[in-house]
Formats: sequence, structure tokens, C-alpha cells
Amino acid sequence: MSRRLRLGLPSKGRLRDAAVAWFAARGVVVSGAADAREYAGHVAGVEGVDLVLLPASEIPRELAAGRLDLGVTGEDMIRERIPDADARVALLARLGFGHADLVVAVPDAWADVETCADLDAVAGRHRARTGRPLRIATKYHLLTRRFLRARGVADCLLVDSQGATEGVVRNGVAEAISDITSSGETLRANRLRPLDDGVVLRSEANLCLARHAFHRVETMGLLSPVLTTLGLPTLEPSA
Amino acid sequence: MSPDRAHLPDGRLGAGLDALSAEVARIDALFAEAGAEAVEPAALQPADLLLALYGEDVRARAFVVHDPVEGEMMLRPDFTVPVLRLHAERGATPARYRYAGPVWRRQEPGSTRPTEYLQAGYESLGEPDDVAADAETFARIKAALGGFPVETRTGDLAVAFAAVAGLSAPERWKAALRRHLWRPAAFRALLHRLGPGRPEPSESRAALIAAAEAGDAALRAFVMERGPLPGLRPLSDVMDRARELAADARLALSAEEIARLEATLAVSGPADAALARLRGLDPALAPALDRLERRLEALAARGEDPSALPFDASFGRALEYYDGFVFEFAAPGRPDLPPLAGGGRYDALTARLSGAALPAVGGILRPEALLSARGAA
Repeated sequence: MSRRLRLGLPSKGRLRDAAVAWFAARGVVVSGAADAREYAGHVAGVEGVDLVLLPASEIPRELAAGRLDLGVTGEDMIRERIPDADARVALLARLGFGHADLVVAVPDAWADVETCADLDAVAGRHRARTGRPLRIATKYHLLTRRFLRARGVADCLLVDSQGATEGVVRNGVAEAISDITSSGETLRANRLRPLDDGVVLRSEANLCLARHAFHRVETMGLLSPVLTTLGLPTLEPSA
Repeated sequence: MSPDRAHLPDGRLGAGLDALSAEVARIDALFAEAGAEAVEPAALQPADLLLALYGEDVRARAFVVHDPVEGEMMLRPDFTVPVLRLHAERGATPARYRYAGPVWRRQEPGSTRPTEYLQAGYESLGEPDDVAADAETFARIKAALGGFPVETRTGDLAVAFAAVAGLSAPERWKAALRRHLWRPAAFRALLHRLGPGRPEPSESRAALIAAAEAGDAALRAFVMERGPLPGLRPLSDVMDRARELAADARLALSAEEIARLEATLAVSGPADAALARLRGLDPALAPALDRLERRLEALAARGEDPSALPFDASFGRALEYYDGFVFEFAAPGRPDLPPLAGGGRYDALTARLSGAALPAVGGILRPEALLSARGAA
């Protein structure tokens, strides 16, 4: 068992740059991350931490599997990719960047649809008229399915859409979408409108701790100094 | 996902497996004596059929696999629909079926429920005397428990449907309530949105209603100026619903009617007393209650005392497709086990599957849970 902490950071893009800056502002200098082709690096300013660079979308799986102790990624990624996220991962700090809301949105011309209850009513009519469920395109299947169930929205079918989800309604692939938006501009450009109560998750980048780390005594010895350096409260093992 | 046998840690080989096989054979022989034919649906079922019948809920529960040729398939989460498909293919004459085999269900993380377990079942399809078929199916499933002492629950979703049908409300409101009968929280929320306590319409909703009341041209312009209508939802549906919302805004269920419906759904107790209470609550229930009464008589003829048989008007509302008599047998003091057996009537499901309603009632036992309960007793 490793006697060092493994920290996972996004390997590219704005998320990586913002994460490196967040650590640097707290005296923890991450090197090697400036070069997008290098997937390992060094951590200065705190003892006993190894750096692993990998796509933000893979960080949840690595945390859940116990191959990372700490990681930076969006809460949306954590909650979509780890079904029992709260049992496996503790969200230690919201980092103030990577803001994105997962919302359910419908064509703006659906003048009669403002709420989840309206969407449910329209889905019921859709099934009665066509014999098929209403199609909602998303890449966030788990979060969307749980949201729709909790809101009592029935007769919907989630269709998979990886990328450019806003366009699928215009292309007739789905009637509605559940997708990430930060400013709402892309939705508006595609004549889509979020439901009034359609926010599935307000997400931002988080520093995440794999809960298995609590159970590794040698890691606990290393964790508290890291959290103190980062200006975060230390944790009880039972947390 | 555990490789262990559901509820029977020793059930995968040797003597433990022999005991389980003997248990399944014992149940199967009883159903064969009742004149049920053997049926064995494929483990892999077309996913689109199950999704079209149940919606997205089933995807959360069923294992989905991809076949390069067949597309999306599902490991059967139960036998009911697969048996109905086989029955429909042979031409639907009345028939009784028996089956035994594994079903597979995804479970929520942290759940201790098994992802694979055995069901041994009996289905009666096309029997025109529904009350007699209900009582016989109940009795056969109960007899297959082999005398193990159980806690019994019964209900009748036809009572809830009749209560909804009796509301003084437009048919579209009743249809919306019927659609959510199996989702009690959504049903309750909808019921209260139709009542006097509902919130005032939003500004944009008020504008839509005003446009709808100004006539077709105004409504059409109101919708069209907002953008294109892609997908499978036509302009006519948006306009129809806008006109309905305008009409709905002038109507409300009375507080008394809402209270009566909720009181009806809350009735529970010994079946004979529950029946008497329901008779006093709502005259619109009379035909459904007459059938309930005849069923209790048929059950009494099979030795079930109506003053000892528990009845709950809301029982079965979490069991997706049942729409009439429902029943369940649980092992007392074993909250770790699922119900040992259960079943009910599902005429509406057969209508959705084949277009024509076929009287259908059936039930299953969980042989692993039954053996586990019996071993501990």
C-alpha cells in the first residue's frame, strides 16, 4: 500500500488551468501540468503527494475505485458516474470555477410547458398520441432519470447524446434535452428554454476525497497536513 | 453484484442446490396439477418493447445489453410480459401457464436485494369469470407456500380507478389521475393541483390562457412567434393543450371531492369491514365494490375468512401494472426477505401489449426466499 497521497487533476483545458491556479494560490505548486502531453507531475509545497493527470471525466471512476485519494472534477461528473457518490466520495470544497447547471429544457415554442408537471402532462399526451414515450436527449442518464422519477415525470425515454445535445431537438432526434448550460446562450440560440423547476444539479469543480482514504491509517496521517495547507478543515475519520 | 444465491448462501451447489431444485419442482408440480402448461420465455427480451410498455422506469431496473444485430436487449426483469408475448403469438385462446427460472434486476447502490433470483409462477389468461380466476389464483399461490405461516396483504386497484372515475371532473383530468395511480406521490401532487388550493397561474401562463381565449389565430400567432416546433410534437397538440389549460383555469375539484378520494384510498382493515366502510364513502364505487364482495365470497368458499383477510385500498399502487385484485404473502419477522409470493390482475397491460384487453391474473413465488424463511422457522 502506497504511503503517499495520490492527487488527480484534469489533464487539459480550462479546468486544469483553474485547478493549478487554485492550488498555487494556497502555496501548493503543481509542475508538469503546464505541458498537456505530460501525464505525471510533481507537487511542491506539501509533503507526500503524488500527482496524476487524467481527463476530468475519468477522475470520478478513479476516486471510486480507490486509485486516487484526492481529485478535482465537476460535481456533475461525480454524481453521474458514481451511483452511490455520497458513500464513496466526500466533496471537500467547492472551488469557484467550472460552473455548470444541468437543466431539462424544451423547445421555446412549447408555450404550454413551464414546469416538470407540464412536461409530464405532455409526455402522457405524447404516449397517447404516438404510442411511444417522449424522447429526452442527454449524456447525463443517471442524474436525469433520478430527477424525472423524483418529480413524477413519466412516459419519457432517455436517448443518448454525446456532445452537441442542443442540436438534437432541431434535428428531430428528441423532443427535449437534459444538458449542461453555463450562460444559457447555447440553449437560446437553439430556441430551447429550461423548465422553471428544471435544474437537475447546480455543479462546479470540487476538491473530492475518496472515502476509502479515511480507512487507510497511513493516508490519514498524510491528509491532515494537506488539508491544513489548503486552508480546509481537517476531518474526523468517521466523517 | 454477488455470486451468491439470493437469500440462500449454500444454494449454488451440492445439497443446498438439491434442496432448492426440489422446492422448485414441488411448486411446479402443483401448478401442473392445476392444468397449467409449461412455458419458458427467452432470458433476453427486446428492450424497446419493455421500454414502450413501462417507460424509463424499467431501464433503471433491468439489465440492458447490446447485440450488434438485435440492438438493445434486456435480461427479463419478470415473466409477465415475456409470457404474454408467447401467448399472443400462438393465438389468444384461454390458457394457464406455469414457469420457473431466474429474473434479473439492477439494484440501487448499497441495496442488499439480489440482482438475480428465481421466480416460480402461475398465470391464468382469458378466463372470463374474473372473480373466480382471482380467488383461484390467490388460493393456488397460497397453497404453493406449503402451509408456511405468512402475513397476507390484499387490495383492489379497481376501487381506486372507480373512485377516480366517479369524480365530477373532465375526462382529461381523470385520465391524468389514472396515469399516475401507480405513483402515489405524483398522484397526490396532481390531485392538489386540480383543487381549490392550487397556486395562481404564472404571468406567462396567464398570457397563454389569454391568447387561447382570444381565438385560434391569436393562439397560433402566440405559439409560432416563439420559434420552430421540431420533434414529434405538432403545433396542434400545443394549441389543444393551451385551450385545455384555459378551460382548466375555470374549473376545480371541490375540497370535499378531494377529501373523499383520499379517504377512499386510505381505507384499510379486515376485508369485510373495509368493504362496509367503502360502501358508505362513495356511491360511485358500487360496481367495483360488488365485484370485491363477490371475490370475497369466492375466497370464503376457498376457506379465506373475510373478517381475517387484510385489505388495503392503496396496496398495489407501487406495483406498476396491476389494475385489479392484488395480493402478497410475507414471512413474519423477516424484513430482510422480499415477499415470499404475490400477484394480481393486469387486464390493462394485456390491452397495451396487444390492443385488446385479455382477462389476466397471475402470481409468483420466490423459492429462494421461501426456503430461507422455512429453514429459519
